[in-house]
Amino acid sequence: MRKALSTVAVALVASAAGAVAVSAESVGAFETDNTPPQLHWHFEGPFGTYDRAAAQRGYQVYAEVCSACHSLSLLAYRNLVELGLTENQVKSLIKDIQVPDLNDDGQPIERPARLSDYFKKPFPNAAAAAAANNGKAPPDLSVIIKAREDGPNYVHGILTGYVPFDKLTPEQIKEFNVTKDDYFNKYFPGHKIGMPPPLEADKVTYADGTKATLDQEASDVVQFLAWASEPHMEARKRTGVRVILFLLAMAGLMYAVKRAVWADKH
Amino acid sequence: MASSHGTPPVFNNKVIAWIDHRLPIFSYVEKEYHTFPTPRNFNYFWNFGAIATVMLVLMIATGVVLATNYTPHVTLAFDSVERIMRDVPQGWLIRYLHMNGASFFFIAVYVHIFRGMYYGSYKAPRELLWILGVIILLLMMATAFMGYVLPWGQMSFWGATVITNLFSAIPVVGQSIVDWLWGGFAIDNPTLNRFYALHYLLPFVIVGVVALHVVALHIHGSNNPLGIDPKGPQDTVPFHPYYTMKDGFGVTVFLIVYAGFTFFVPNQLGDPANYIPANPLVTPTHIVPEWYFLPFYAILRAVPDKLGGVIAMFGSIAVLFVLPWLDTSRVRSATFRPIYKWFMLVLVVDVIVLGFCGAHPPEGFWVPLAQLGTIYYFFHFLILLPILGKIERPLPLPPSIADAVLKKAG
Repeated sequence: MRKALSTVAVALVASAAGAVAVSAESVGAFETDNTPPQLHWHFEGPFGTYDRAAAQRGYQVYAEVCSACHSLSLLAYRNLVELGLTENQVKSLIKDIQVPDLNDDGQPIERPARLSDYFKKPFPNAAAAAAANNGKAPPDLSVIIKAREDGPNYVHGILTGYVPFDKLTPEQIKEFNVTKDDYFNKYFPGHKIGMPPPLEADKVTYADGTKATLDQEASDVVQFLAWASEPHMEARKRTGVRVILFLLAMAGLMYAVKRAVWADKH
Repeated sequence: MASSHGTPPVFNNKVIAWIDHRLPIFSYVEKEYHTFPTPRNFNYFWNFGAIATVMLVLMIATGVVLATNYTPHVTLAFDSVERIMRDVPQGWLIRYLHMNGASFFFIAVYVHIFRGMYYGSYKAPRELLWILGVIILLLMMATAFMGYVLPWGQMSFWGATVITNLFSAIPVVGQSIVDWLWGGFAIDNPTLNRFYALHYLLPFVIVGVVALHVVALHIHGSNNPLGIDPKGPQDTVPFHPYYTMKDGFGVTVFLIVYAGFTFFVPNQLGDPANYIPANPLVTPTHIVPEWYFLPFYAILRAVPDKLGGVIAMFGSIAVLFVLPWLDTSRVRSATFRPIYKWFMLVLVVDVIVLGFCGAHPPEGFWVPLAQLGTIYYFFHFLILLPILGKIERPLPLPPSIADAVLKKAG
């Protein structure tokens, strides 16, 4: 009986492990030396939570830099209170944002953003976004952390992985067919990336006095985007701990009853 | 136990007795799930039928809730799924349960199929029971494939493109069939709409076939690890409480693993590219199906010819329909088949290897490996099984189940 149980366990683990290994390799667009640095993130692990302070700083980076080209269409300004801000704080963050609307006569107007508004898009439509960016619209960032293999490290890698043309070896220039007008990124598949280096040290000035190094800005915006991709992650993990504890207790009880029921049959 | 199998139960409750006299549902449950004589020697592999049933119910329950919040339109589908994740109360829970539930339903069913093969559960008189099971597997595959299309991500769109295009390999009428499946000349809104309708319909067809599967099961009763028929009451126990308790324990353990994935790594089994909205103008570098289709995908690509690949892929399932007649051995359980036992495990390794082949781009050594795996898969069913039954010398079977169980217990 016990032997059969362990066989089932092994079968389950093996099939699950196989599936994990398979999905981990399934994008497969990167060469091995393209793996971005593996950082530790506050939201990782079964008990990981979002670092509110970092995510708030990350919102500042998004609002002041990324939002010029990248939309965040699935988020509303009201969602920002989940980052530990009060409604009034969020209102003051968005007080200068004008969003398109229609007036009572049906004429297009711009009015100040409200908490209930969704994040303002940088371009009126996909065609305009593409036209302003050499023919390719910058991707929406709402679920970008879930939409890339090893998302947090990948996005951090992209933001910090630019190599200036004059630092490239002649072999790299030849192999990847790079010209002076291209942007070379260590972690982007194919290395030639359309996005100019978006961040640099002191690109933003943090209100909380944190030193705005390139790495700090990149980490902060990843924390913010991770929250944007998965806003209910903390509730999910909390629920998960309770569910698993309940199921473990239930399994124990079931096993005890099963043993008792079967006692006269062995 | 209240009554032995065969004599109608007497209900003390007057309401129940009144109803049962007119519609014997209580007698049915009593007979089939309470006193039903079940071999006393099941191991934990026999949990997976119950586990699969629980997963089916769970998928339908979560699916109906998702359907009330989902919008089957190409411009809205992706965002409506994310709306469920963000704005519907506990929507993230329902959606992740459903998404991971598909994987765990397949895990349960694959273990269940392995159990059937290893212990020869498909042999007379259970051939139709087995065939109904293969029909359930086919229906599950169709349902899972169409469900994966609904979020309208990149893998939804391109997976649908690859799979529907398979039918274009059929001579003469192929392209017409593809246009008919698509509802147009490209994968677009009509395709999404019909996939949604069918994804909602097919699970209830599965419920119907599962009912037939259970009816067929209860005619001759379950097989067991020894593969010999029960010879009397000493060989069986009533289904309740013995197997309701044992299934209850097995189901709970399975749910722990399922909950672990759902709550802590909910996207581990999926492809990140499906969080990119579908774009008909941008082909992903590497189109892969969900993990549970990878062995079949490998078989499809192992054959250099498109029609040949399609035939091989469908053939890999079709061969299961005739398995009861391909296996010529009269001994059911692999426990008493010293050679078959090992070949059965080799087949499992072969299918896992094929899974890895399916996950990798068809280049380098993956191509010959997938071809070798495919050849072995068909060799096992079409050549090995018919011959093995004739030449293998099975071990002596125990005189009865009770004899074997009591001897083991010492």
